[in-house]
Amino acid sequence: MNWLITENKKRVNISEIPVLNFPNLREEIIKINKRVIGFFGKQEEENVRLFVVMADDIEGKLYISSSVFAKEEKEYESITQEIPAFHVFEREFYEEFGIEPKNHPWLKPMRNHKNDYKFFEMEGDEVHQVAVGPIHAGVIEPGHFRFMCHGEKIYDLEIQLGWQHRGVEELMISSPSNQLAESICGDSVIAYNLAYSNAMEALGDCEISNKAQLIRLIALEMERSAIHIGDLGAIAGDIAYLMGASIFGATRTLVINTMLEISGSRFGRGLITTGGVNFDIDKQLSEKIVSVLNKVATDVERTIKTMLKSPTVSSRLEKTGVVSEEQAKSLGLVGMAAKASGINLDSRFDFPDKWYQDVENRTIKAEGDVYSRTRLRYKEIKQSFHIIKKLLSKLETYNDEPMNVYVSSSKPDSFVISITEGWRGEVVHIALTDSQGNLSRYKIKDPSFNNWFALAMAVRNNGISDFPLCNKSFNLSYCGNDL
Amino acid sequence: MLETLKLRIYQGQQFIKDIPNAQMREQFRGFPTIVDAQVDVGICPTGAISNNPLSIDMGKCTFCGACARKCSSIKFSNYYKLASTDRNKLIITPNMTGEEYNKVAFEVRKEIKKVFGKSLKLRQVSAGGCNGCEMELNACSNVNFDMGRFGIDFVASPRHADGIVITGPISENMAHALEDCYKSTPAPKIVVLCGACAISGGVFQNSTKLNRAFLEKYPIDLYIPGCPVHPLTFINAILDFISA
Repeated sequence: MNWLITENKKRVNISEIPVLNFPNLREEIIKINKRVIGFFGKQEEENVRLFVVMADDIEGKLYISSSVFAKEEKEYESITQEIPAFHVFEREFYEEFGIEPKNHPWLKPMRNHKNDYKFFEMEGDEVHQVAVGPIHAGVIEPGHFRFMCHGEKIYDLEIQLGWQHRGVEELMISSPSNQLAESICGDSVIAYNLAYSNAMEALGDCEISNKAQLIRLIALEMERSAIHIGDLGAIAGDIAYLMGASIFGATRTLVINTMLEISGSRFGRGLITTGGVNFDIDKQLSEKIVSVLNKVATDVERTIKTMLKSPTVSSRLEKTGVVSEEQAKSLGLVGMAAKASGINLDSRFDFPDKWYQDVENRTIKAEGDVYSRTRLRYKEIKQSFHIIKKLLSKLETYNDEPMNVYVSSSKPDSFVISITEGWRGEVVHIALTDSQGNLSRYKIKDPSFNNWFALAMAVRNNGISDFPLCNKSFNLSYCGNDL
Repeated sequence: MLETLKLRIYQGQQFIKDIPNAQMREQFRGFPTIVDAQVDVGICPTGAISNNPLSIDMGKCTFCGACARKCSSIKFSNYYKLASTDRNKLIITPNMTGEEYNKVAFEVRKEIKKVFGKSLKLRQVSAGGCNGCEMELNACSNVNFDMGRFGIDFVASPRHADGIVITGPISENMAHALEDCYKSTPAPKIVVLCGACAISGGVFQNSTKLNRAFLEKYPIDLYIPGCPVHPLTFINAILDFISA
């Protein structure tokens, strides 16, 4: 057995995970042709154990294997040469453990900043550089963008991140908490806390109540719709369609204020806890949510239809910032960025739990441009509202169930993969415990980790003035990437 | 065009007319009110609670409500004016109401009102911020809260700013850029710490990847608690500060 085959949110013993020598593991990875979602090291005394997790999105299965690097083994043949999607995983592994992937095409730093790092440069008449950041013009997180332009046309964009690095994975081991999980990426509070709580419950072999599961997923879909509405406003703002920016901004307020009525926080902080939820949704609140969502649905539909009918809008969105399906596949994009380029990846449906099984998942006509990413948001808002109403109607059946159940302490020597579909895409948390049952490694992968390179591809041959629009159409996370 | 106009009329006016007296939903977790008791301080993930007498440090508090669920002597009111010009005043002791706190939270500085009272332009620096406070600061300028009506705006360059608003626990990697930004802001200038992470490190206070030396080096003018800071908390904090 070269792989241990498991499922989402299922605990396995670390001792069951095969250990291959690296050339064999590399061959296996290339042979099974699945999608990489985890490639990370763990210090084991003097050795480094490399874990690899591959996803089979069609069967809904996860493949785990591993390899051990002894202290003196400091290099291996890079996998990126064969599968480009590994590029960012191998860069991260190299930065954290100093084991070099030989013949990696571009082994630049991930998060640790080195002053002597030399950006890719182009030379020629009228070629010039534009450096932006780390502090940007708007109220957003920091990152550095280096453009190589010819006139106003972008030939190449190099993105340097890591400014937000707060050492989250180490903190998750020394002082794990729901509050910390919520602050890893503050625009995906529910998704992150859900991924963390699911992981902890799986480590404790605990099943939470149906009621708590439903309330969590209602919150997850509310988070998705609220952010998507805000993003439609931001896209409208970046093309100076100010009415759209104003209306979507005000409409988003209705959704997040409803979240405040559920949980006391506009972003749902404090709602989810390991073992269940802290707040109930009673019949009265449930009716209120439905009536707010009905109004929001009407407003969003009316505004987006008016907006997209305007030729000045469509001329800015169509064929801008294109990522082809082929590029998206080879870069290993996930979530919204993948869907907008025609790859239908969505862990809600690929690794479904019982609540999503009867939800229809229709795809959109995907061209990979800003327009597709805008349309996709509109489609997902409608879909989320449909799901929320469905889940709310089921909630009454489980009225008598508890909000919280006791979660026993984590089982020792265990390994859990917890995938949650946040609004950007899959949020992957992988938790390992030691022989005492304490967390010994906590690996987080935000969808942005895969997707940042897509932004660099999207802006090629576009005018530099369209960069903010392209950037907003992806709306990737800095802190989710930097951790 | 007609569609656009109809849509505009249908939307009407949505701004909050009276920001200083705006009604907050009762579920909001704002100012903590406490009666003296012995509490297991370990229930707080950021160490904001102390005993003898029982106190809550709003500079560390994430307003998660975990303590109030465990202990009846702590309650979170929906009072949202949480800011202070003095770090020590953020530590809330028993039997204090939000209104009483707000009355003493601001130290009057005449020159602030004179220089910034009618117009205050701010440069925001996210230094390890999780995008929670950043989203709420953006919301301050939306049609509901419309902070611009008071002459308060976020500007694109520190060169145009009268002060900087810091969010996040200040990661090592951002320390240099933050200081650069501060130095690029023309004097007289103010520094505002926004959110639990900026004020105390919040849930990241034990991280080894932070560099908070900036806070020792330069004077801080205003502390705005929250996780994240609610737009009403932020706008009222600035209004109280420039009109105190």
